[in-house]
Amino acid sequence: MSESHKKEHQDHNRCHTCGQCKDCAACRCEPANGPALKKMMIIVSKASIDGIYAGLILANGARSEGIECDMFFTFFGLDAITKKRMEHLKVGLGGNPGMHMPEVIGVFPGMESVATHMMMKRMSELDIPPVPEFLDIIKAAGGRIFACKLAMEMFNLKREDMWDGVDEVLTVGQFYECYTPGSQIIFI
Amino acid sequence: MQKNIAGTEVEVDAEGYLTDMNQWSGDIANAIAEELHISPLSEKHWAVINWLREQTANGVELNIRKVGASGVVDIKEFYQLFPGGPLKNASKIAGLHKPTSCL
Repeated sequence: MSESHKKEHQDHNRCHTCGQCKDCAACRCEPANGPALKKMMIIVSKASIDGIYAGLILANGARSEGIECDMFFTFFGLDAITKKRMEHLKVGLGGNPGMHMPEVIGVFPGMESVATHMMMKRMSELDIPPVPEFLDIIKAAGGRIFACKLAMEMFNLKREDMWDGVDEVLTVGQFYECYTPGSQIIFI
Repeated sequence: MQKNIAGTEVEVDAEGYLTDMNQWSGDIANAIAEELHISPLSEKHWAVINWLREQTANGVELNIRKVGASGVVDIKEFYQLFPGGPLKNASKIAGLHKPTSCL
């Protein structure tokens, strides 16, 4: 922190909880007390629209707050970054009480598509982008997108099957190496 | 609360966002940008600031996707122009309220 900035810093408005300066972006790096949230490391393991969008919204929200973000797609979450699947994601009906309908309705053919269509329509009205565009936005914002090596092997997926924007295929250990002080790891 | 920015008394919220966009001026924008360490403001910065003000005056709720689709700046450049939270910082400099969108 420069001398002149240090001086300004004393007059700045501070958050009562974390002590962080609320007046300038530069102060974010050196909060007075306690660590600030610096990076979100989001692991997405589900293929349902709710699981994937939760991850994408958290990631995009982090970047737009000036917080770094890495996303790691594993198991069924790989669908979100698999070329032939990423535009055909569905809402999960089975075992999902949040859909507010009797479980048995979910077993009828086509119900999942109807529910998905309704939800996507509402999301588009709220200006929530489709998955490929959302990933593009996160990438343009400086977020990184990783695919899980083991899960790709399990599903017989090759690098060329994956979305072109994927930064790297990583092992769990390599993903943990992305940890820096002030990071939070979230599993969805 | 009142705050003196660039020699003018303006009404701001607890985080320093102007509460009345009509109290804003170019000098105020430059002063806030300097506080945020985003200065000097380039022509491109001004183009974004003016676009944000125009949209807000028309009642549009801003988010980063809309800025990216504005034709004024793409998302990557928006992050480069206003580091550390582009929509928040750009809105503050533009004399607008803190953005409320989750997108």
